[in-house]
Amino acid sequence: MIQVQNLTRYYGPVPAIDGVSFEVQTGEIVGFLGPNAAGKTTTMRILTCFMPASSGTAKVAGFDVRTHSMEVRRRIGYLPENPPLYPEMTVTSYLDFVAKIKGVESRDRKKRVAEVMDRTAITDVKSSVIRKLSKGYKQRVGLAQALVHNPEVLILDEPTIGLDPKQIIEVRDLIRDLAQKRTVILSTHILPEVSATCQRVVIINKGKVVAEDTPKNLTTKVRGMNRLLVEISGPKDEIQKKLSGLAGVKKVNVDGAAGNHFRFNIDCELNHDVRADLAKTVIHSGWGLLELRSRDANLEDVFLKLTTTEGEK
Amino acid sequence: MTKYLALLERELKSYFVSPVAYVVIGLFLAFCGLFFFNIVTWFDRVSMQAMMQSQYYRQPPQPMNVNMMAIRPLLGNIAFIALIFIPGLTMRLIAEEKRQGTMELLFTSPINNWQMTLAKFSSAWILYGVMLALTLVYQGLLFIFGNPEFAPIVTGYLGLFLIGGSFIALGLMFSAFTENQIIAFVATLATNLILLALGWLSNFTSDTLSKFLDVISPLDHFEDFAKGVIDTQHVVYYLSLIVGALFITYVSLESSRWRGSR
Repeated sequence: MIQVQNLTRYYGPVPAIDGVSFEVQTGEIVGFLGPNAAGKTTTMRILTCFMPASSGTAKVAGFDVRTHSMEVRRRIGYLPENPPLYPEMTVTSYLDFVAKIKGVESRDRKKRVAEVMDRTAITDVKSSVIRKLSKGYKQRVGLAQALVHNPEVLILDEPTIGLDPKQIIEVRDLIRDLAQKRTVILSTHILPEVSATCQRVVIINKGKVVAEDTPKNLTTKVRGMNRLLVEISGPKDEIQKKLSGLAGVKKVNVDGAAGNHFRFNIDCELNHDVRADLAKTVIHSGWGLLELRSRDANLEDVFLKLTTTEGEK
Repeated sequence: MTKYLALLERELKSYFVSPVAYVVIGLFLAFCGLFFFNIVTWFDRVSMQAMMQSQYYRQPPQPMNVNMMAIRPLLGNIAFIALIFIPGLTMRLIAEEKRQGTMELLFTSPINNWQMTLAKFSSAWILYGVMLALTLVYQGLLFIFGNPEFAPIVTGYLGLFLIGGSFIALGLMFSAFTENQIIAFVATLATNLILLALGWLSNFTSDTLSKFLDVISPLDHFEDFAKGVIDTQHVVYYLSLIVGALFITYVSLESSRWRGSR
């Protein structure tokens, strides 16, 4: 559905994105993940024909965004980071206007507008002036705007930003629901969002794609080790020394202290469970073992590992 | 066409839900009224004097021409007031879309930049047409209390409509250059005033230069309309100003499509 090849875009001499390539199949939900200013918005803006790429090609439903821009625009619903709303219009007249300029047939228009308002749960504010709506409603009006012409592809730039936790869950459910018949790309820098909604993740950092896989594969790939979290009361240095000496332990880091309680992060080799040995050592030394648990690598670790370069800590 | 009409309708509505249109129309009419009052009282006094003189010298009274002495300067004044007020109508047209991010909606919708440029231009032109139509009230008063000629008023209003159109096109152009409405306003007003000042300067310069200055100043082209003459050269002048400014607006919008590519 979407093919992006070697996309590069310069702002002045600095590339905002540099040789980005990826593909999205029909019906997929793909998450764009990256720190702020990584190039997520730029990529989306190129895909939606808002701005051209400096080089490289992007195709949506087989149409090149540069040469067949109008065809692409007809097929895309786009929610920019700030929903593009006219504050002085009412919700209904705004959606009606968007439907007109998106080319919705006049006989379907009323029905479509009512449908998307229902879908995004904004029917109760349909005759309110947009300026007076809360942030959550505005975001949903923005979403309704992207849906009104029933596009094949939805591109959502940080769709849950500024919403409260309940609304976030609602919007995520809505996106998952919408994706049943559509292709969705959404960008975010909120990690749980990706694992909650997306089937595939494209991680972008400094304008480059650094990883592309399912959330599950990414976490196992990056793990490469087990991590234990231990809290012990006793002499810090001695504990650290003794634990480091255990078989299978790679590294022991102090993670925090409270009185003479210390928390340690312990990296161990994969497939080598050191928990029993560790507990024994602590008890034999006469220290107090307050907590011991293993911590799975999550998407956050993947993300940090991929977006933090060596030497930068 | 549907899309053009949708854009046009939204523009016109947005004029009337914000206070801008009311303030601009209200002040415009107030100023026109002020000038109208001035001119009419002056005309009244002059006519009175002429009548007294004719009685004193026992001669038939000199005919006083309302068209020449009242309506023609009034039309000139309206053109000048339009020059000052039109930047207020045009400043938000594109700058506002850029600032509030709705440009992202328009640029990613299947509409082309001509539809956008023309919709924005015609919305302001229609509003200006309404403003002009309201000033016809003043002319109506002259018809009730006097007997002016009709034709020069028609040509005069055609001239006002055209000169306003060129100010609007210039204003739209500056609005496309910036996302700051104040900058758009000041740039348009300054350009209009410079064009006007060039017309004044022509009185103080050599023959060739003054001819040239007269050709480029919009108010000089208006004079014939106020006299009741439609000269194609003036019509062509205004139309080319409009087309030129709209073209630059279009190019400026379009440039965001290729800017940054290399």
